[in-house]
Amino acid sequence: MKKTFKLEDLECAHCAAKMETEINKIEGVVSSRVVFITQKLIIEADDARFDEIMKECVKICRRIEPDCRIIM
Amino acid sequence: MSRKQKRVLYRILVAFFLLITACLLPTKGILRLLSFIIPYLAVGYDVIFSAVRNILHGQMLDEKFLMTAATIGAFLLREHTEGVAVMLFYQVGELFQSIAVGRSRRSIAALMDIRPDTAVVLREGIETEVFPDEVEIGEIIVIRPGERVPLDGIITEGATTLSMAALTGESLPIDAIVGDRATSGSVNLTGLIYVKTESEFAESTVSRILELVENSAEKKAKVESFITRFARVYTPAVVIGALLLAIFPPLFVGGWAKWINRALVFLVVSCPCALVISVPLSFFGGIGGASRKGILIKGATYMEVLAKVRTVAFDKTGTLTKGTFNVTEIKAVSGSESELLSLAASAESHSNHPIAEPIVSAYREKPDMPESVTELSGLGVEALVGGAKICVGNRRLMESIGVEPIEPDAIGTAVHVAKNGEYLGHIVISDVVKPDAAKAIAVLSSLGIKKTVMLTGDKKEVGESVAKKLGVNEVIAELLPKDKVSRVEGLLAESSPLAFVGDGINDAPVLSRADVGIAMGALGSDAAIEAADIVLMDDKPTKVAEAIKISRKTVRIVKENIIFSLMVKGAVLLLGALGIAGMWLAIFADVGVMVLAILNAMRAMK
Repeated sequence: MKKTFKLEDLECAHCAAKMETEINKIEGVVSSRVVFITQKLIIEADDARFDEIMKECVKICRRIEPDCRIIM
Repeated sequence: MSRKQKRVLYRILVAFFLLITACLLPTKGILRLLSFIIPYLAVGYDVIFSAVRNILHGQMLDEKFLMTAATIGAFLLREHTEGVAVMLFYQVGELFQSIAVGRSRRSIAALMDIRPDTAVVLREGIETEVFPDEVEIGEIIVIRPGERVPLDGIITEGATTLSMAALTGESLPIDAIVGDRATSGSVNLTGLIYVKTESEFAESTVSRILELVENSAEKKAKVESFITRFARVYTPAVVIGALLLAIFPPLFVGGWAKWINRALVFLVVSCPCALVISVPLSFFGGIGGASRKGILIKGATYMEVLAKVRTVAFDKTGTLTKGTFNVTEIKAVSGSESELLSLAASAESHSNHPIAEPIVSAYREKPDMPESVTELSGLGVEALVGGAKICVGNRRLMESIGVEPIEPDAIGTAVHVAKNGEYLGHIVISDVVKPDAAKAIAVLSSLGIKKTVMLTGDKKEVGESVAKKLGVNEVIAELLPKDKVSRVEGLLAESSPLAFVGDGINDAPVLSRADVGIAMGALGSDAAIEAADIVLMDDKPTKVAEAIKISRKTVRIVKENIIFSLMVKGAVLLLGALGIAGMWLAIFADVGVMVLAILNAMRAMK
């Protein structure tokens, strides 16, 4: 499944790159892209684990840029 | 400025005045330290807070941590002013970055602000305002002057002029009457029109454009991936450098304070922010700016390739030529030219042959009805018009009725006309070259494009004559559609990168095979939008040169930023290690460079 989420208050380009690297490491993620300019997270991942993966993403996001929120 | 940004600005201003006051106060010892700690905390408390939190999360090399470390280090070395200033300017830089990014996000969004919010649909005679995606195919929508056309369709009532400026960049409005197409995203300027919709909102022109441009940000340019990888190495390397500088030299020569001070300079310049932010910002700005001119680029990678293109291959029909056949010459051997055309138009008025339509439309009037018509396959038509036997067709038809035709000088398809066995003359029909085709080729060669090639299925003479008129370097004529891909592959091997320009009809495989596939006037063709890397909204070949110019400018801006940032940071690192560059220069190398890089990146949008 491929989905796009809006990232609110994504202010740091460096953090966006870090988030992308970490999200790509989550088990079950086929590919992900954090687009700084359009403030979007595009993620393609395993259907069965999708909700779990998204929970991980939220954690990663909170850890790297605390102000940034994934709008789901 | 958002509220958050305003708050940071006030804090910066307050801290700035407190800092000046602290410098002027004649305090000593612990009191003096306190008077500097107040502005320091006022401007940087959130940075310190996140630095601590990030350490707890295991994020050691975060820029906030590095800034905190550098400033606390400065305090320990009793360089109070520098300590506060670094934090102050770091926040100024962050604020500027946030404003600049917000602004360019907004202006890119404004470039693409063609999404209609509502549509007025006529249901059971009543005008109802609905969301565009609630309108079904075949419904009638009402568009008043000044409103944006929400969905694609055909005008059923009314006449107006439409501005296509937001779609194609063409400022000259076009006239539209009943039967004409109204494209979503265009603006209705003068008259009330009723439009019968032809597609759903999700499939409409405007939705397609927005989707394409928004998705373009997903594809990373090569240089962007490089910078991300570089950033991952750069920060740790500089921090290790700082540690080495703080520990090893003083072991041998002493002077701990001096070397730690130099190490702090390293920490301040250890953030690669300028690079990480300016590269994607430049590319997206370039893509946004191009879209305003009707050039849709599907990703930054294609800009990189297009900037380096050496060969541009054009499909002739529909790209350099209009792809519609027109009467280009009428020559009467006996009788008048208008009589010749009138008879030919009558004879052809019921024919489905491709040459019939241009002849009938060239006549402009309603042709006389023929009494009878016989289609002679592969030859032409034979008709009875006003009691006379009219033969319209090719050379073989003329010969078969014992008439000797005269071949025209002009290039194109000759249609001969005979009346009662007497040769009247001929009409030449040919594809018309687009008005800006020659200019397009000239601009391409002035841009240093090594080779322009024209591919055509036409006869060699026709192809060569068009090529000569336009100034194209090479012609590949008499090309069967199935050979197109292999010929383009041949060209790719000779001189790549190669851009292929087609009208999207039948050339989808070639579009995807070329290094960059450019489809023009392709909004009608799904296959072309799918296969092409760059889509030109209108059908002007000069837009190809424009796309190359925009790509080159964008790539140049990206390079400028990379070289400039790296050189300044490198120089400050070197001078810092030698003790020549102090904290102040380090602040410039960090914040100043980022500000300049962002300002430069924003040029790409224009």
